[in-house]
Amino acid sequence: MEGDVVLHKYDVVIVGAGGAGLMAALYASRSVRVAVLSKMWPVRSHTGTAQGGIGAALGNHEEDHPEWHVFDTIKGSDYLADQDAVRVLCYEAVELVYELEHMGLPFDRTPSGRIAQRPFGGHTNNVTKQPVRRACHAADRTGHMILQTLYQQCIKQRVTFFDEFQVLDVILNEGIACGLVALEITTGQLHIFQARAVVFATGGWGKIWQITSNAHSFTGDGAAIVLRRGIPLEDMEFFQFHPTGIYKMGILITEGARGEGGVLINGRGDRFMERYAPTMKDLASRDVISRAIYLEIREGRGVEGKDYVYLDIRPETINRYFELDGKKSPDGTPRRITADEIKTRLPDITDFVRTYLGIDPLNQPIPVQPTAHYAMGGIPTDLDGRALKNENNEALPGLYAAGEVACVSVHGANRLGTNSLVDILVFGRRSGLDAVRYCRQTDFTKLPARADEPVRETLESLRSRPLGDERIADIRAEMQRVMMDYVGVFREATGIEKAIRALRELQERYQRVGIQDKSMCYNTDLLEAWELGCLLELAEVTAVAALARTESRGCHTREDHPQRDDKNWLKHSLAFRTEQGIELRYKPVTILNYPPQERVY
Amino acid sequence: MKVILKIRRFNPERDRAPWWGYYQVECEPTDRVLDALNWVKWYQDGSLAYRRSCAHGICGSDAMRINGRNRLACKTLIKELGNRITIEPLLGLPVIKDLVVDLEPFMKHYRSIMPYLVNDDPPPATERLQSIAQRERFDDTTKCILCAACTTSCPAFWARPDYIGPAAIVQAHRFIFDSRDHGAEERLRILDAPSGVWRCRDIYNCTEACPREIQVTQAIAEVKREILRRRG
Repeated sequence: MEGDVVLHKYDVVIVGAGGAGLMAALYASRSVRVAVLSKMWPVRSHTGTAQGGIGAALGNHEEDHPEWHVFDTIKGSDYLADQDAVRVLCYEAVELVYELEHMGLPFDRTPSGRIAQRPFGGHTNNVTKQPVRRACHAADRTGHMILQTLYQQCIKQRVTFFDEFQVLDVILNEGIACGLVALEITTGQLHIFQARAVVFATGGWGKIWQITSNAHSFTGDGAAIVLRRGIPLEDMEFFQFHPTGIYKMGILITEGARGEGGVLINGRGDRFMERYAPTMKDLASRDVISRAIYLEIREGRGVEGKDYVYLDIRPETINRYFELDGKKSPDGTPRRITADEIKTRLPDITDFVRTYLGIDPLNQPIPVQPTAHYAMGGIPTDLDGRALKNENNEALPGLYAAGEVACVSVHGANRLGTNSLVDILVFGRRSGLDAVRYCRQTDFTKLPARADEPVRETLESLRSRPLGDERIADIRAEMQRVMMDYVGVFREATGIEKAIRALRELQERYQRVGIQDKSMCYNTDLLEAWELGCLLELAEVTAVAALARTESRGCHTREDHPQRDDKNWLKHSLAFRTEQGIELRYKPVTILNYPPQERVY
Repeated sequence: MKVILKIRRFNPERDRAPWWGYYQVECEPTDRVLDALNWVKWYQDGSLAYRRSCAHGICGSDAMRINGRNRLACKTLIKELGNRITIEPLLGLPVIKDLVVDLEPFMKHYRSIMPYLVNDDPPPATERLQSIAQRERFDDTTKCILCAACTTSCPAFWARPDYIGPAAIVQAHRFIFDSRDHGAEERLRILDAPSGVWRCRDIYNCTEACPREIQVTQAIAEVKREILRRRG
């Protein structure tokens, strides 16, 4: 104890217990003292909601190569991904999946006992251009099994966890990261964790949009914390909308549903994707499909003229289109699927649709709309997870980021399905390993005096404000609506400008938000208020970066600038928070052997 | 529709004993109980404490006792319950505040059954092989999200908190029947102890409580049978 703060000292402190955090913890804790801090209990993290599979070119069903995975990922990224990082991703994916299997992950199996794989959007046989089976799956709960398996290994390895600790600040001393300030949620006690290395693995911020697949707790804490400490955020204008969220709720329906043969149908009963992506059709990449859905709706071809379309996974529909497309199984026979096979391969989404819509997706099509899903951008890092503090790619010593909060960048302007799980694990592992290397060469940096003071002031200010007319929920709902209307799938300058003005007003109103709960114990009123502050900042950064990028690339579609503009915009944005507001700088994309080409699916 | 939520409240800093809070909320029949709780928290009483995250039945945060039955608030629709809904924290675990209970006793039981693959053979260069049937053998118990709904619905657990409880047995089952695992013997020894599987009296509350529809009682019975089979 020092004053009224509890002090801890670990070599590496990891924030977040999802896939990236746990992977970093497993690797780092083999060599040095590690603590994992999470604002939730273990296995509650958002990794657990990933459904369809993890991509790796194992070739268990048909010919496949990591190099094909590399090309697909780069093409999927609309050429904004850094090609050195993509190589690491796709080549390490293969041994990573075997490692998960060795840890006990219960993958589904092929008849010969190997890991089963299914087709997924944008993953192709580079020669035939047809979908390839690359997504390794455990039913439609692959993320759940990954999260469970990694946590199991952490128990086996006796990793130290601080559960329900909300990290509120990173401590820097003379430009070196040396610790964290965290709130113990159950008691309200503040803690300082001194560390040689800090790894942020706090996930994304889909909660800035109204319709999202993201968890309530996905509030971008880590990204906002480092932004406030002068570290930039990269490519924030790129946020993926997954094409198939349950209508109005946003709950994810895996792309695996289309991997198993499901098709999107508009209000006229047409399979519209063949008009937008003649080869890949319903397995084109997500940005292409989300745009197509919006265009169908705009043309009045939504179901009943409304703002949704159908995802049809009824066996008779799937088999009809298998036949029309001449789809073959790996053994050369015509591809067919039965109702039982759909139930076995997609049990969770079948359950979601039954629970929330009261319909059986084997008998009725599922109403879907695009749903805010995944941050391609985030804290810029190098290939070893080291956070980069400027456009010259200089690392900030002691600071690491991995998983969705990080931007390596392997996803560029649009992430391929299954690559998030690969990303969080490959770069979680590399961060853990490099943090150990760093610890071996570096001593603890002295903590500055009263390092918890800024956090204390923030919390005090939130706690002491009177409960006026400004509510957390109102401001949050307004932000989510504004982002959905103006900074969603389709964007144009006047709309984004409107959004920026609205967000700045909301930030002013936020300064007057009061909370009702004044207690120390489990004060989620206080935490929701703090989290809203993070969301508002990230929303503004997203909008500002989106306004500046006057081209359309991947998921960032500017109606006033419909073409990709490689001459001016083949570059990553870096958003800095300065006293004058958000400042954008840019850095080049790493291109190796795949120069940008036109992108057709 | 108008719904009256009757919520068990307790703030250790303020209350000497738990009390009932009554809240009127306007809901759609298809809303989740979690939506109603959020409405109360966001617009009526910000001090209400409960856990929630994914809001679609996967993260396991919001298990609670709803109209006398353990369920996930995000997987229970208002229309299943009618317009009077009673919400209490899970039984058998210490209450921290309102609907938030201390999960540590539950997680301790979970950790005690060696919930990880035990196999010290050097792994092959690629995957270990497993047939579709071998994989199917333990599929049901891989669905567990550790929400604690089963264990805290079990009268045997309420009576004796040292009982390892259904969730830990489900998690053990997931490994005992995994063809790749070599730890069954030690795990079964733990489960054969006085605080282990024999405390189960086949009451089936756990099976009814499971939001993942795992056949919990059956899994426990299979573990019991396996212990007996190995005893010869």
